[in-house]
This record gives sequence, C-alpha cells and structure tokens, in this order.
Amino acid sequence: MSDFKTQYDAWQAKADKSSSRFPERKEEFTTTSENPVKRLYTPQDVQGDYMDKLGFPGEYPFTRGVQPTMYRSRFWTMRQYSGFGSAEETNQRFKYLLENGQTGLSTAFDLPTQIGYDSDDMMAKGEVGKVGVAISSLADMERLLDGIALDKVSTSMTINAPASVLLAMYIAVAEKNGVPADKISGTIQNDILKEYVARGTYIYPPAASMRLITDIFEYCSEHVPNWNTISISGYHIREAGSTAVQEVAFTLSNAIAYVDAAVKKGLDVDKFAPRLSFFFNAHNNFLEEIAKFRAARRMWAHIMKERFGAKDPKSWQLRFHTQTGGSTLTAQQPDNNIVRVTLQALAAVLGGTQSLHTNSKDEALALPTEESARIALRTQQIIANESGVADTVDPLAGSFYVEALTDQVERDALAYIAKIDEMGGAVKAIEQGYMQREIQNASYQTQMAIEDGSEVVVGVNKFRIENEPKPELMKLNPELERTQSAQLSELRNTRDNEGVQAALDALRQAASGTDNLMPHIVHAVKVYATLGEICNVMRDVFGEYQPAQW
Amino acid sequence: MSEAKIRVLVAKPGLDGHDRGALVVAKALRDAGMEVIYTGLRQTPQQIVATAIQEDVDAVGLSSLSGAHMHLFPEVVRLLNEQGAGDILVVGGGVIPDEDIPQLKEAGIAEVFTPGSSLSVMADYIRDSVQSKRG
Repeated sequence: MSDFKTQYDAWQAKADKSSSRFPERKEEFTTTSENPVKRLYTPQDVQGDYMDKLGFPGEYPFTRGVQPTMYRSRFWTMRQYSGFGSAEETNQRFKYLLENGQTGLSTAFDLPTQIGYDSDDMMAKGEVGKVGVAISSLADMERLLDGIALDKVSTSMTINAPASVLLAMYIAVAEKNGVPADKISGTIQNDILKEYVARGTYIYPPAASMRLITDIFEYCSEHVPNWNTISISGYHIREAGSTAVQEVAFTLSNAIAYVDAAVKKGLDVDKFAPRLSFFFNAHNNFLEEIAKFRAARRMWAHIMKERFGAKDPKSWQLRFHTQTGGSTLTAQQPDNNIVRVTLQALAAVLGGTQSLHTNSKDEALALPTEESARIALRTQQIIANESGVADTVDPLAGSFYVEALTDQVERDALAYIAKIDEMGGAVKAIEQGYMQREIQNASYQTQMAIEDGSEVVVGVNKFRIENEPKPELMKLNPELERTQSAQLSELRNTRDNEGVQAALDALRQAASGTDNLMPHIVHAVKVYATLGEICNVMRDVFGEYQPAQW
Repeated sequence: MSEAKIRVLVAKPGLDGHDRGALVVAKALRDAGMEVIYTGLRQTPQQIVATAIQEDVDAVGLSSLSGAHMHLFPEVVRLLNEQGAGDILVVGGGVIPDEDIPQLKEAGIAEVFTPGSSLSVMADYIRDSVQSKRG
C-alpha cells in the first residue's frame, strides 16, 4: 500500500509538471451530470466488496446484467420504433423491417391517438398520421396488424394515457386471428407520470391515471401474463433535458410510485413486479451512460428487495429497452448522426440492455426514410455480429473508472430519490413541478454550454461546413386526414350503434365506481366503439389534467 | 424609440408535447430582458391569438416538432390579421424542413429558427424587429 501511495504521489507530481508545460484541454473535466472526472482512476477509487456490489450476472443485485449469459445466448431484441400515416403504410414498414432482420415491432402512434382523439376530432387538425400511425378504432388496428403472426412477434406500443384502449384493441385483433390473450407478448409504455414531467401526452389527472395503470396490472396478471404492463421511461425525461443522474433518479422515483399504488390496491408485489419494464436513453457521454445502466439495475434490485420486500428474484430485475438520444442528433451534417448513434448504441449494449432502438440519421429533420431506417438497424447488427462486444458478459466491469462512476451515479440518484420521498413521493413532486424545474434548469445549462462553446456539438458550434447538401426526406400523404375521416364515418354508419352505446354506458358506470375498467374497455373496443368515444367517457368522469403555470 | 419592455408570447400550437425548446427560448428571452408569457401545451391557433391580443404582446414565438406547422403557423397569422393585430411579429421554430420555410414566410411568419439556432441570435432578431416596428 505504501508503495502504491509513494508511486501515486510521484506520478501526480510528474503529471502536474507536465500539465503546467502542456496545459490540459480544460480546467475542469465533468460528465454531463456535472460530476468531476479525475485525471486517473486506480483501484483506490473502487470501494466495497465484489459480491456485495457486483456479484454475478443473473444474480442479485444484477449490476452485471439480468441474465446469466447475456448476449452469448441471444442478442438483445432489435426493435426499431416505427409508425406514420395510415395503418396500411405502417403495416408495410413493419413487414419491411421484419424482412430485414428486426426481431420485434415497436409502434409509434400519432398525437391524436396518444391523447385519445379520433382522426376526425377538431383537436386532431393538422396532426393526423404525422409522428406516428393514426389508430381510431379496432378496424384501424386490424389493418395495422394484418398478416403479422401475433403469437410469434412481440410488439411494443408507445402509448400512455389511452394505453388501456390500445392494449384492448391488440387483444381483440389477436383473438380474432385465433391467438388467445395468454399467447401474445409485448409492452405498452403506460407510464403517465413521465408524461406530466416531460412529454405532455396526458389526458386525465394523476389519481385516475394511476387507477387505470393498476387496473391494467391486475387484468394482465390474470389474462395477459406475458405482457409487460408498463415501461417506466427515463427516455423522455432525458430528452426534455435532464442529466443522466436525473434520468435514473426520476424514473426510479416514478417506478416506486407505481409499485406503491399497486400495493395499496392490494396486489401482491411478486404478482405484478416481474412484468414491470424500463426504458432508458443513451446519450453521448459514453462511459457515464454505461455506468448509468449498471447503477440503475443495482438500485432497483435494492429497492424491490429491501423497500418492497419482494421475494421473487424476477421482481428484483430491472429489464430495459434503450433508445439512442433523439435530441443529440443534429440537422447539420446528418451523416454525423450515424456515428453518434453507433456510440450510443454501443453504450447501451455495454450497459446490458434487453432491447434497442437506434435512431435514424435524418430524425432531426423529419421522419426517417426507408433507407435511413435500414442503416440504423444495420448499426445494431454490426455491433452484434462484428464488434465482439456481445461475446462476454459486462465487459467493462472492473474498469476503475466505470465502477467509480457507477457508484457515483448511484449515490447522486439516491440523494434525489430521498428528496422526492421527503416531498411525499413522485406524484407530489410532479404536482409541485419539482422534477420539471430540475429538468428545465439542466436543459438550460446545456443550451448555454453549447452557446458559449464549452460543450462542443460537431457540425453545429464547431467543424461547420457551408452549403450542406440536402438529404432526401420522408414525405407523408397529405390526403390522410380526409381518408381517415371518411373511414370513420363509414364505421359509425355500419356498426351496431346500440351495442356501442350500451358498452360506453357500462364503461361510464364502471369509471364512476371502483370496478376494474379493462374488461369494459375490451368489450367496447370489440363492438367498434372508437378510441375517442372511449376516452371521452373517461374524460367526462375523471376530468382533464391541468398543469401548473410556467 | 419606445423604452417599454418587449412582450413576447411563447406558444405551443397543436398537440405536440415536446416543450424543451420552447421553455429554453422563453427563459433566454427573459434573461435578455423581455417579458415572456408561455401558453403551456396544446393551444389552438384561436387560443394563441386571443392570448396574444389580451396580453398586448409585441411578438409571438410558435414551436412545433410534430410536423403540423404548415397547418398551425399560418392559421395564427391569418387570425391575427383578421382580428386587427397583424402588427404582431410572428416567428416559428422546431423540426421544420428547409423547403417549408419559403411557404411559411409567404404566409407571414417573419422568421423560422430550426435546430441548432442560437438563442442570442433569436433574441437579437426579436428585439431588432420589434424596435424597428415601434419606430
């Protein structure tokens, strides 16, 4: 030890001397979470016992991964988020991606669908089919999933406020195709708390939203056992401008709120917890991102075992999907985005993700073209098949820096969680605007750092070129809003409207009481009540969320 | 030249919930000495115009990332003109393809700021335009 200290001090003196002659690039190096980065990390920076802090993959506290062999058995699921225009167009893109080796579907819905409006609603004007596919009724869902084997493919649906309705539609289509609900698998995002914090596609106030979510937990644990009932999402928190530490802290705080709500409803934690899943972002600061994933896994294992007393090891595992960072992409020199996405995807894989979406290079400009979507998918395939990083489990473990950083992220995120606990939990913290303010401050700091050049964005505030060539961009069908409206009026004229009314009345009654809402929603969907009609019934009963003023 | 503080309405028309950019711009304009009102999410063009007139603003900044800008931005200008408030400066920002910009300008959007635009450039543009309008 004394030998280490002597030599370390000698090196330090030498390095100081060297840096006085050749000054270091910055006075202070920090991660994106403002953690200082030391010049060098050594075994002295790694505290604690290996078994206690890392252990083995597939074993508590899962720092090294949730499966014992990780990608040696099977690569992560390559799940490209996709959806635009009509159900038919998106169905074609799905098939294109499956033919190109994608292994799971991931559906983007347009904003009216995400906020529970039919395509012909006044509020939907100008937004139909723009950022995702327009789904207003079971008929649209039937077209979206046409020819796809729902017992073979797992489907992720990025849907939150109306998650119950879209899940009900998926169940109904599967049943019609002869696939019973207990044979389908997939994920609904269903994470309303992060909508209030960061993304804005909420409908109802928190209490009603939390009830819908726990109703889904309960219904699925009985009828749709292979469905991931929630994907608790840090992705949007990060896109809204948070740091890596805030992303972990706020996501896990929200997760704690969901578990609390379900336990309060009387559900057994080990009954629903194994179906909870997570969704994180991968940004550019490579090593901090890897540390973030490892820290999140260890934290969740402790939270579930110690705080909630879960007994099933599956309840302790934090399984997550990753998407590369949309807000890190630049409209300038869009080919550079391929490189950014590669680094971010590599961080996700080295961090042990279960599934991954790689963004396309043109997403700072428009929705991806078929070609750019293919390059994004190929990026994952190259990492998987050519780089060798998937051949051993958690290859960066034991790196003095990565372990020190994992501890640091954990420490800082736990401090945030303690603060939110003191405020009365995530729902209270959100209602008071706490998370929102923390994120806004971080995002403003980032923008200022880009403005003054202390944070470099290649091609934007450094290494610019004049006269950039214009990339070919995706074009959407401008007629869609009209055809969707026409299809909806036809549906309303041809369905059994008495049956629809009866289903909506039953839903209204259930919403006013305490019944589980899912069976009523499934029934309403099957008689072709529209998404807007179903959500409007609940709007009437629950009211709409009004955020605090800025 | 008028010494009154410049008043700006920052607005999110349509259903797009991504307000990181709008909030950063709002804060930057405030730091640049302007009075800033932020509408919050999901405003219709009618609501935005009503607020702009009621708050007697000099400028409106519209933000959209959902691709609905070609419908929503010109509608705000049209309604402002219709209600006799055509002197209010309207600028826009968000994920907006270059090829849409000429059409937006023709519809009366004074300037469009796309990703990578600098906050100080935006603040200067609004200050200069409003001051030259005030004479």
